[in-house]
Amino acid sequence: MSMDVSVIDEILKEKGTGAEQAIPILQGIQARFRYLPIEALEYVCSHTEITPSQLFGVATFYSQFRLKPVGETIIKVCHGTACHVGGADTLTETLENQLGIPDKHTTPDMRYTLESVACVGCCSLAPVVVLGQDTLGKVTPRKISDALAAHMAADKGDPA
Amino acid sequence: MTSPIATDNKKRPRLVVGLGSCGIAAGARDVYRHIQARLEAESSWDVELAITGCNGMCHREPLVELHDTDGKVFLYGDMTPKKVDQVFEKHLRGGEPVERFRLREDNPASPAGAFLAKQRRIVLRNCGVIDPDSLDAYRAVGGWEALRIALERGPDWVLAEMKKSGLRGRGGAGFPTGMKWEFTRKAPGDHKVVVCNADEGDPGAFMDRSVLESDPHAVLEGMTIAAATVGADRGYIYCRAEYPLAVERLIRAIDQARAAGLLGKNIYGTEFSFDIKVKEGAGAFVCGEETALMASIEGRRGMPRPRPPFPAQKGLWDMPTNINNVETFANVPWIIHNGGDAFASVGTEKSRGSKVFALAGKIQRGGLAEVPMGITIREIVEDVAGGSSTGRPIKAVQMGGPSGGCIPVELFDTRIDYDEVNRTGAIMGSGGLVVMDETTCMVDVARFFLHFTKDESCGKCTFCRIGTTRMLELLEKICAGEGDESSVKMLEELALQVKNTSLCGLGQSAPNPVLTTIKYFRHEYDAHILEKRCPAGVCKALTTFEITPDKCTGCDACLQNCPVQAITGQRGSKGTYVIDQDRCSKCGVCRDVCKFGAVKTH
Repeated sequence: MSMDVSVIDEILKEKGTGAEQAIPILQGIQARFRYLPIEALEYVCSHTEITPSQLFGVATFYSQFRLKPVGETIIKVCHGTACHVGGADTLTETLENQLGIPDKHTTPDMRYTLESVACVGCCSLAPVVVLGQDTLGKVTPRKISDALAAHMAADKGDPA
Repeated sequence: MTSPIATDNKKRPRLVVGLGSCGIAAGARDVYRHIQARLEAESSWDVELAITGCNGMCHREPLVELHDTDGKVFLYGDMTPKKVDQVFEKHLRGGEPVERFRLREDNPASPAGAFLAKQRRIVLRNCGVIDPDSLDAYRAVGGWEALRIALERGPDWVLAEMKKSGLRGRGGAGFPTGMKWEFTRKAPGDHKVVVCNADEGDPGAFMDRSVLESDPHAVLEGMTIAAATVGADRGYIYCRAEYPLAVERLIRAIDQARAAGLLGKNIYGTEFSFDIKVKEGAGAFVCGEETALMASIEGRRGMPRPRPPFPAQKGLWDMPTNINNVETFANVPWIIHNGGDAFASVGTEKSRGSKVFALAGKIQRGGLAEVPMGITIREIVEDVAGGSSTGRPIKAVQMGGPSGGCIPVELFDTRIDYDEVNRTGAIMGSGGLVVMDETTCMVDVARFFLHFTKDESCGKCTFCRIGTTRMLELLEKICAGEGDESSVKMLEELALQVKNTSLCGLGQSAPNPVLTTIKYFRHEYDAHILEKRCPAGVCKALTTFEITPDKCTGCDACLQNCPVQAITGQRGSKGTYVIDQDRCSKCGVCRDVCKFGAVKTH
């Protein structure tokens, strides 16, 4: 894959090139590409004070960063305490069955990524699922299954 | 929730929509847009539309307040665009409040009133009251005045008031704030730093998010007062990346404060200069630990280091650094305005002031509640939160997240006080309080937290890295019915070793959920190990779900809701419903939806 490095240059211009900027730079790259392409990381190392060991160390330490491409829509199932007690495991299972993929995986057509996440901080609405941009509260297996089916149908109907 | 905000035109009614993350998740943005669209499309309405943060009643979101022209305030809960239409027609046009949707927070006998009656709002004083995006709204309630007072009276006066207040760090450890400030003030250094720890990672805690979203200026003002007192010239807020709305509102508030000369050079015409940057975390629980947090701001992996040196001596880039959390800073302007004595008059001898709790789990009224220290757990669970939401008896509360523990119902007379809570084996922590009933398996809860700490261990200390993994394996075995009589003893031994040999709070406290559940719920461990039975019906390997024919009414709810189509039966025909055990995924949804108690586990 050849990469348009001007995008990375822009990010470096905005965030700076000091070693302390490793996390903001990675966040900038991920905001643009939705994951961290290896070419981008190599480019950053050769154009900043950040060493490969620091950059890869940081990229693999923090759970926010992904080294693989993700689906168009990310489904985050909250597994905080209240959501766990409220049945989050069943929601993950329901979605695994419906999407035909295990947790933390992406569908082969690259449309959906399923992720278990730590607390999203909406505990009084537990259990919570974040489907793309929408945070759904007091979710049941039935409700999330219907919401996903509706999302899939709407997505297919989209001429784009 | 009476709003002290002055409006430009008192004669117009106002609609105020609560737009915190919880409210938005419950549909508040749709409600807001609907009102906006109506006001734009129908020019006959002379109504002002405003937003506010979260007032803590997450269980009734979306919330809309109507301020009428006489200054009366009506709070509507569980709003939808359709319900808003009724408020438009009946209340705004007809002058008659829609009683069905009203929350009578003014009446202590009503649920909303009971939720508020025992609260003492210091940190949450402006939350759900003012527009978080407006500097003017914050200044209208005395905002940024505390900084002026602090600058006028000087650092010694501020330190004396902070010490008098008895405020202890609200992030969990409970270190006296005034003392911490003094250490940084006395530390030699040309440049000093103030850091706000907004990396609220405890699952079950969301008070810092809500304060940042609802009253960001209060946190900035608290930090700035700290900076003036310790002699810092730069500040950082380290905020969880999972809180995008909090970050957005903080950045806006910082820009506003800068534009108004409240941050930057020569604040209030004095020699004092200070500015604040927001640093977003990247998803690592351990970064809530102060030395890991600083490593992360410096661009490295968030791994703790030994203390001393404490951050007050050598912190960010080796500069003396004062770190407090969001809730601690939000208390500061109130203390400066009202005096340390006023704060100290609330609470108990060793735990002054109030504490915000995030209430969740099997209770009627979840949300944020700020209560005076010294109140009992029972008062919080029963009076504020309204008791069980499921009709089943409450068995325990989990306090303090992965570093805390489970407190059984027999100890609900324990008072909220750092030392009293510690004596139970739990900790106050940041204030997450998750309520559990008899369908919660305490062994599973311990497993859940160990899974979390094992994942979040940074890996630096061997016992934290490997010890938590071994403890998790043991718990998984017990949940699978494969535990033996040595399992609990081994868990206790490992727990002690992990506690004693870990560098930071994460490892030192990781065994707490296991130790407290063994201490108070040993019978549940025994049931799993000796009888191969999960009394709560949660651990799948040890649980079978069955429908009791004589209780089944044939309502079809279980069949409709079963996610794996394991239930068959004839609608309307009593007692014909059965669960195909080969298909059953043991999720428990049938038990939850059955209104007749017909689904049993054994």
